[in-house]
Amino acid sequence: MKKNLPLTIAFIMGWLGILLDYIPHKVSEVLMTSITKGLMVTIAIVAFLGLYSLLNMHWIKIKRKNAGWGYSLLVFAGFFFMLIFGLYNQGDLFWKAQVEQGMVEWIYTYIFTPCQETMFSILAFFIASAAYRTFRAKSMEAGILLVAAVLVMFGVVPISGKIWSGFPEIAQWLLEYPNMAVKRAIFFGIALGVVSMSLRIIFGIERSYMGGEG
Amino acid sequence: MKAIFLCVLWLTTFQVWGEVFPPDDVSAIDKPNDNGSAIILLWKKMDYETAKIFYVTYIATSPSGPFLVQPIQSSIINFKTDLPQSFGFAEDNKNWHALEITDYLLAGGEKKDMIEQNKTYYLRIGVKEGKDGNVVMHPKTFGVTPHGNYFAFNKLNNFLLFIFLTVVIIVFINLAKKNPNLFVRRIAGLEAMDDALGRATEMGRPVLFVHGLKYMHEVPTIAAVNILGRIAKKVAEFDTGLKVANWDPVIQQVSRETVKESYIEAGRPDAYKEENIYFASSEQFSYAAAVEGLMVREKPAANFYFGYFYAESLLLSETGNAAGSIQIAGTDAFTQIPFFITTCDYTLIGEELYAASAYLSREPKLLGSLKGQDLGKLMIIIVLVLGTIFTTFGWEGFSKIFWPM
Repeated sequence: MKKNLPLTIAFIMGWLGILLDYIPHKVSEVLMTSITKGLMVTIAIVAFLGLYSLLNMHWIKIKRKNAGWGYSLLVFAGFFFMLIFGLYNQGDLFWKAQVEQGMVEWIYTYIFTPCQETMFSILAFFIASAAYRTFRAKSMEAGILLVAAVLVMFGVVPISGKIWSGFPEIAQWLLEYPNMAVKRAIFFGIALGVVSMSLRIIFGIERSYMGGEG
Repeated sequence: MKAIFLCVLWLTTFQVWGEVFPPDDVSAIDKPNDNGSAIILLWKKMDYETAKIFYVTYIATSPSGPFLVQPIQSSIINFKTDLPQSFGFAEDNKNWHALEITDYLLAGGEKKDMIEQNKTYYLRIGVKEGKDGNVVMHPKTFGVTPHGNYFAFNKLNNFLLFIFLTVVIIVFINLAKKNPNLFVRRIAGLEAMDDALGRATEMGRPVLFVHGLKYMHEVPTIAAVNILGRIAKKVAEFDTGLKVANWDPVIQQVSRETVKESYIEAGRPDAYKEENIYFASSEQFSYAAAVEGLMVREKPAANFYFGYFYAESLLLSETGNAAGSIQIAGTDAFTQIPFFITTCDYTLIGEELYAASAYLSREPKLLGSLKGQDLGKLMIIIVLVLGTIFTTFGWEGFSKIFWPM
């Protein structure tokens, strides 16, 4: 039962998902909408488990004084500040829609968003360091990659066209032909891989998501 | 002959005088292959059409009206060729106008009503020269009732292709049962997995697993969870720590169950620690920060990135690289593959992500499906070569058989 029930559900839902794509009728749409709603309800319920997991993990860190436990305090502080301001809602309380330009929005705009942007901006430095490592022409393939990358990078900046009109054209050609050909080859492989893996799961041949062999 | 001559003379005369006449061969049809929420008005392209000729359509829910005027349509737009999913690629399509109607303006011209299935609509059409010209009406009214269809025949090519691939894969799975010694090419990244786990065991450091930023019902995440199951079993056998940082609570719960079952399967249920499979954050960069923090503090000996990734891929893998971890990644996110190749020791590209679980298990049935997949790939290559040859020599019919609609 423990094994057969999930396999049966996977079989039914898998075929349903495939067949509904070929049935444009309203009945099919209604069924798909119901499935999606069911999924959303599941996500909403499980969200509480996620929250519990997050707070529990940080609580354990604080309790055990693990490395970096001070950051875990910040998680609790952030959570409770947002919760209190969200519930208080500038005096309108939580049964009304969130007040615009209230504290929740202020924290989101002036604390949360800059933190996110900071993380994103680090990417620029990481790209530079990764590119430096990759572009060392140690082999024939790395050499070709280096030349192609330099041509593409140079070809897409405005000054390249002013030096020689061929640079942007070469960059465009590299993007539209060799790059596109490889991209499509990978996409074909992915599409077939998805079909193959889906069939393995639908027919119960692939069971590793249940932790077992097969 | 005389009649044709007179007819041509009549038409020419009207054109010389600058008058217009309504279109021929008008009909209204239910849009094929849809859910019953659209109708199509068809009429033959007129010989005298120019950019100055406009068509006016009217719609009513009763044959006696009132007929509600709809926005005017230029005669240079709305052809059957614009709706290949309904009319295919016939040569004659360019000679027919096809106006798809999914909603219509109500009296006053501000509010709209949607076309409903199983309700009859009555259409009329008129033509005018210039936007301010007088409308010359077609004498007839055309009734049509839209119905939902039970099969999208425009997707028939897709459906047949799917059936073909399914049959091929199932045949190869069955063949693999009889002949288990199937050759599958070596995938270096998966071969190195045991080494990475062995290294983690020797160093006494944990293994980190990240499964991208797609939801649980999406295929890359399902593939990642499959691989997690395999890794968890080996981790349990090697008695190493396993950390799984999740961005979505649903994935977290599924991962917990998967890892738990793997530990039980390996005979080490006591080694399973629920708190090691935790929810980090549902925001992309907060999640990246949480995982990077873990890498810097705990310095995992091996990092596995499997699934679909966005910009966080480089943040994670570059930090892992700086922390000195062995890193194995697998993704079907085309834009992130270069980042993983640059920063990870091994990278599974595209379809290898989906083959990983089968490859790791060495189960004949699973490897058989990979063989079936290869045959599908061969078929695509043949179609591509034939399509290129036929199109080069001017016959596009062959490539249109495979057109997605």
